[in-house]
Amino acid sequence: MIRVALLVAGKDLRIERRSRVLLWQVLPFGVTALVLCGLALGPTHAGHSSAAPGLFYLVMLLVALLMINRAQVIESSPGTRASIATLGLDPAGVFLGKALALAVELWLTGLVVLAGSVLFLHTALSGTLEAVPSVAVTLAALAAAGTLYGALSGGGQGPATLLPILSLPAFAPLLIAGERSFSSSLHGGSLWRWWLISLVALAAYLAIGILLYGVLEES
Amino acid sequence: MDETPPVVILRDAVVLINGFPLLSGIDLDLDAGSLVVVTGANGAGKTSLLRLLGGLVTLSSGAGVVSGIDLKHGDLRELRRRVGWLGHEGSFYDDLTARENLTFAAKALGRPTDEIGRVLERVGLSARTSTVAKQLSAGQRRRLGLAWLLLRRPETWLLDEPYASLDDQGRTFFDDLIAEVVRGGATVVVSAHDPLRSTALSPRTLTLAGGHVVGDVS
Repeated sequence: MIRVALLVAGKDLRIERRSRVLLWQVLPFGVTALVLCGLALGPTHAGHSSAAPGLFYLVMLLVALLMINRAQVIESSPGTRASIATLGLDPAGVFLGKALALAVELWLTGLVVLAGSVLFLHTALSGTLEAVPSVAVTLAALAAAGTLYGALSGGGQGPATLLPILSLPAFAPLLIAGERSFSSSLHGGSLWRWWLISLVALAAYLAIGILLYGVLEES
Repeated sequence: MDETPPVVILRDAVVLINGFPLLSGIDLDLDAGSLVVVTGANGAGKTSLLRLLGGLVTLSSGAGVVSGIDLKHGDLRELRRRVGWLGHEGSFYDDLTARENLTFAAKALGRPTDEIGRVLERVGLSARTSTVAKQLSAGQRRRLGLAWLLLRRPETWLLDEPYASLDDQGRTFFDDLIAEVVRGGATVVVSAHDPLRSTALSPRTLTLAGGHVVGDVS
């Protein structure tokens, strides 16, 4: 399972690096969305800082929807699906690999958007750095859930609106936990409790994905 | 005398997708080391038949066994490991190079990667190993698909419209390779829109229309 996971993750990241969608489309989109959110809040620095955690996760959610769809589309051509099916890859390994690749992409984007929140939303650098571990866990949970819902919504072949409709209710608790722990890092509060919720969600989505990804692929 | 059972046995096979019959009442026996060309108009069920044989769609009713695996109750994942698929749409990742695609397949199968150079040379792609798949011509993409199959050496080869967009040289290359594979003992099922391919390739032609077999000429 781990061998397949590393193979699939390496393949997905190589495809992403070569296509440069992350670099030239997703990152500019994320930064632009963050700046626009800041402009929508008006010129008050204090308001920006307090809204920054929520805006960060809102932007990361939009980025995640793009990346989840992209991760599924690279497998979606009928010929590719048939050929890959004949390789007989362990579906649990495929799930873990795709989730790992997506997590790496979200972590990279998250770092850039976090830097953007320091620059444009004036969040405190020390609090932002303190939030990095909890952000990493929350984005990993988002990647695991997103990989699962990406397969559930038709693996890149379903209607474009299906993924957000199915996944947004599932992502909501992750966003709340992520926003709360980021806010706690910036303004004080119970950081660990919210972080623990993200960690439990990550473990739950990984377990569900390992067990059910094969069934989703077959269906 | 020792009689080997057929590699493919279909009896009154029916495939329904959302209640719509893609294949109906198909009876077919194929021995190991045999070649059959499946012809028919668009929508006749050629691709569906190949997908059924590869365990890529489920048998709705009737009975079927491919490579010893029951199509209704057997392990279709195991069946897929035993067949090779070459689709007319392309069979690999467009943003990976020819070599990277084959390396992925070899590693997925736990095979050594040192065969890749030889296989690419065999299909005439040794000068294009570092070319991204989407930049290959249609014929070269088809050859890359063949390289993928040569690397895997499956028991059953399912080739879906492999001649589409190929020039005469490419078609001859495919014909020669298919003949070589059949001589090696593999079973090959080729779908071809062009009925002339059947006379060039095989003494056996299965003709489909509307999901039914309307002709089986040996």
